[in-house]
Amino acid sequence: MRRDTDQTRLGRRGFLRRSVLIAGTALAGSGLARAAAGAPLEVPPTAKEPGRGIAETSYGSPSKYESHVMRHRSDVLVNRQNLSDWSMAPIQHQHGIVTPNGLIFERHHAGVPDIDPKTHRLVIHGMVKQPLIFTMDDILRYPSVSRFHFLECSGNTLTDHSKAASKTVQQSHGLLSGAQWTGVAAARLLNEAGLDPAGKWVLFEGADGSNHTRSVPLDKVMDDVLLVYAANGEMLRPENGYPLRAFIPGWEGNVSVKWLRRIKVSDQPWDFRSETARYTDPMPGGKWRQFSFVMEAKSVITRPSGGMRLPGPGLYEILGFAWSGRGKIRAVDVSVDGGKNWREAELAEPTLEKSLTQFRLPWTWDGTPAKIQSRAVDSTGYVQPTIQDIGKARALTGFVQHHNAIFPWAVSAGGEVTNAIV
Amino acid sequence: MRSSKLLAIIVVAAAMTTACAVATQSRSPATTEAKFGRPIAEADIAPWDIDIRTNTGKGLPPGRGGVAEGKAVYEAKCLACHGPDAKGGPVYGSMVGGIGSFTTSTRVLTPGSMYPYAPILFDYIRRAMPMDKPLSLTANEVYAVSAYILNLNGLVPADAVMDQTSMPKVQMPNRDGFILDDRPDTHAVRCMKNCP
Repeated sequence: MRRDTDQTRLGRRGFLRRSVLIAGTALAGSGLARAAAGAPLEVPPTAKEPGRGIAETSYGSPSKYESHVMRHRSDVLVNRQNLSDWSMAPIQHQHGIVTPNGLIFERHHAGVPDIDPKTHRLVIHGMVKQPLIFTMDDILRYPSVSRFHFLECSGNTLTDHSKAASKTVQQSHGLLSGAQWTGVAAARLLNEAGLDPAGKWVLFEGADGSNHTRSVPLDKVMDDVLLVYAANGEMLRPENGYPLRAFIPGWEGNVSVKWLRRIKVSDQPWDFRSETARYTDPMPGGKWRQFSFVMEAKSVITRPSGGMRLPGPGLYEILGFAWSGRGKIRAVDVSVDGGKNWREAELAEPTLEKSLTQFRLPWTWDGTPAKIQSRAVDSTGYVQPTIQDIGKARALTGFVQHHNAIFPWAVSAGGEVTNAIV
Repeated sequence: MRSSKLLAIIVVAAAMTTACAVATQSRSPATTEAKFGRPIAEADIAPWDIDIRTNTGKGLPPGRGGVAEGKAVYEAKCLACHGPDAKGGPVYGSMVGGIGSFTTSTRVLTPGSMYPYAPILFDYIRRAMPMDKPLSLTANEVYAVSAYILNLNGLVPADAVMDQTSMPKVQMPNRDGFILDDRPDTHAVRCMKNCP
């Protein structure tokens, strides 16, 4: 279904050309359109009648013609229940660095709770001078901080390390979103409680049915962690942690605990199931890498991407996202010959710390098979690796986490775009 | 001397006024000093204070449970999803075996093969299981069902009893299986032309 839709949408320019040829009219900017005339434009019916009136109150929804732009529950790795499960964001349809709130990817461990903000409480305790409790009204009274950041699940792309399992970029990279997050600095509330100098780690715990918990180093929490209650100008959606969540910029999404109700300070990590048996990286010799929090620089071409079809040779814009948990994106290179030669793409402003950054590069496709891919370089100088580079350092088996490899798409002579990771 | 000092004070005061004017564009002086948290006693937090430091067992509550009782709890409250003998059911895969599999091409992840510390079982089962009724098991039931899972994995004998003292002492095979984050571990080079 989605595949057909994507073909239709990518082929819009071709479709327009065909329509124009059929109609035989001239459209500025189209060489083909200038060739002929003969069928005068019809005045659209919407220009000849009033539209919908303004409702007394409303909350707008996308046009009915955009109904194909949907999150999609994981369908490459299929879970046998939908409570501890995930849905992928349709990033191939995303314009700019903000993911609309209704499309931000989901990962829950016991479904989505509906929490009344009037009864919700946040507690800070453990190695602090004075344990404190906050209502949501209390938290909203503090000076707010708003920042653009990406959010990526550590398992993003986990199905595509040893075989090309995903058809679309939504399936391979859809555990990724970008938003302007608003909340209060965690350091502010921890300082209010008064930190014990021996404190080194912080527990974040959710009020959902999994009582989800992670240990996070105190240094990171005091550096840039936010307690977030809003995204993109409105209060969080229930599936994104309403009314309050932790937000740990640049780190794997799992530590940004949603439905946050408890913060505890300690001198040691807790070694919870979610930081031992899960969210750890298989390593050579049967080992596991633990507390691998930061999401390293990564990029992917979203257009054209898997499931789309180029209608014919000609000029296309290669478009995609790059991001790094260690800082800003300094450059993105694009190759159209499988990684032999690269050209530096243009970065669209703004380029922000630990945020999605959009890149673009014009490409004239000659109609022969091609392999297109992008490579991010971040402000630390780190260069996005290939899956072969990763395979040399880690064990590519089972639940491969933190897979940030270059992701190639093959373009066939017929213009079909397919996953070419291996 | 005196007048230059006065001048300096005026200059500083003017600079401060400017700084304040800028600062107040985003936040008022009152809210920068804000403290809205209300004190709460640790005793009142106790019903929420369920975390266990799993490598030492710190936080494990009083109570006890053995393998046979655990089998009964399991069959009443866990089997529907996890299947007979914890070997996998309609919702979740096996929770038994996999020990020794990590050096093969197919790693089998179970509590027995993967958990470095036995108290992870207590922490996780209590907070998250059963999925339709988390936080509903008594401490004795959690100890018992933990003992049962550990026994099915061959890690404790059939007469084992789990409690605050015994549980942290169970030797888990993956105890030393973890290394800390040492990334970046790839060292890709930014080649632009005729790359390998």
